[in-house]
Amino acid sequence: MIAALICVISVVLFLQFFISYSRSIIAAYRMSELSEQVREVVGIEGQEVNSDQFGRLVQLVRLCPQKGDDRTDLKVVGVYYWMMGILRSAARLLAPRVTSWAERERAGCAYFVAVALDRRIAYSRDLLAQQMSDR
Amino acid sequence: MLGPFDYVLVLLGLLAEAYVVVRLCLSENFLRYFSLNIYMLGVVGVTIGQDFALLKFGVSSPVYAYVYYYTDALLTIALFFVIMSFYQQVFHQMGVGRYVRWASVFLLSATALFSYLVVRRMPTHHLTSRFVVEMSQNLYFVGVVLTYLLWGAVVKLRETRTRLIQLVLALGIFFSSDAACYALRNLFPGLEANFLKWVPPLAGTFLPLAWAYTFTKIPEDARLETARVALPRMAAHQHS
Repeated sequence: MIAALICVISVVLFLQFFISYSRSIIAAYRMSELSEQVREVVGIEGQEVNSDQFGRLVQLVRLCPQKGDDRTDLKVVGVYYWMMGILRSAARLLAPRVTSWAERERAGCAYFVAVALDRRIAYSRDLLAQQMSDR
Repeated sequence: MLGPFDYVLVLLGLLAEAYVVVRLCLSENFLRYFSLNIYMLGVVGVTIGQDFALLKFGVSSPVYAYVYYYTDALLTIALFFVIMSFYQQVFHQMGVGRYVRWASVFLLSATALFSYLVVRRMPTHHLTSRFVVEMSQNLYFVGVVLTYLLWGAVVKLRETRTRLIQLVLALGIFFSSDAACYALRNLFPGLEANFLKWVPPLAGTFLPLAWAYTFTKIPEDARLETARVALPRMAAHQHS
């Protein structure tokens, strides 16, 4: 009985800690604005990114040379996006407010990847400029 | 017998722990995060000791089991002191550090006593081996509760230090996953072989990696609104 209680409480709190941890990583990227170039490449209008673009953005990020400092973030946010997808599907019939919250979180994840893409493109451009100047 | 994945996890964990200590020393923050550094050094020592016992006695030997569980319990207790140091950072301006210390000593003693009383009522099990598993489950759970209360205080007091926020949340993930794992082991021992055996090493590697990430990427003066991070219900309490 005690073990069951501990198990249930721990799983619930684990989810809460994990969600907050992922949001703390996403929040740092939320402050960055997307460049015109990335918006053109991805086809984004304004500063909002559609959550369904997450997969495509991740593919584009993988094509860019790594700056080396965002791999862990991308993995954590990928897991979070997947979790929010499950929550959105599970809550669709029972709790529409939860569904819309999960959808906003997924959009936040997509925005995070768009900012990561933006940074990698800027990094690639700098690398190219450096190579050109070396010649 | 351990597989290559186990060794990768052990190595990653060791590197991250050593990295955190070196980084904090170089940035002259060793004393500021004193408990955390002692814990990290303790984990390095315990990991080496556990591996020595493993190589000398084998994974299925009772000696290795005792070394594993007792050192694990000691590390969990050391981690309580890390939580207390975070409490002191959060409540620094309120001057309640003395009460926090007494509360932690009381909680530790109560946990050990409770575990002993639970195990004493089970005559079919060997007292000491059963005691240590029971106590680990309870210690991790007390860790979860303490971390959750700390997180509640962080949200309520509108603590904005990004480093502290991420350190506390990573600790919460570590404690809650291990507490759930130990509780599931008590409930369904059959799950141990296939699934549950991976949770403690994964959580044990996650914690130093997450802390290494925080100390590397988040500057000491970085700030973050907790309302952006906490779940909507907690954030609503913050504003009330």
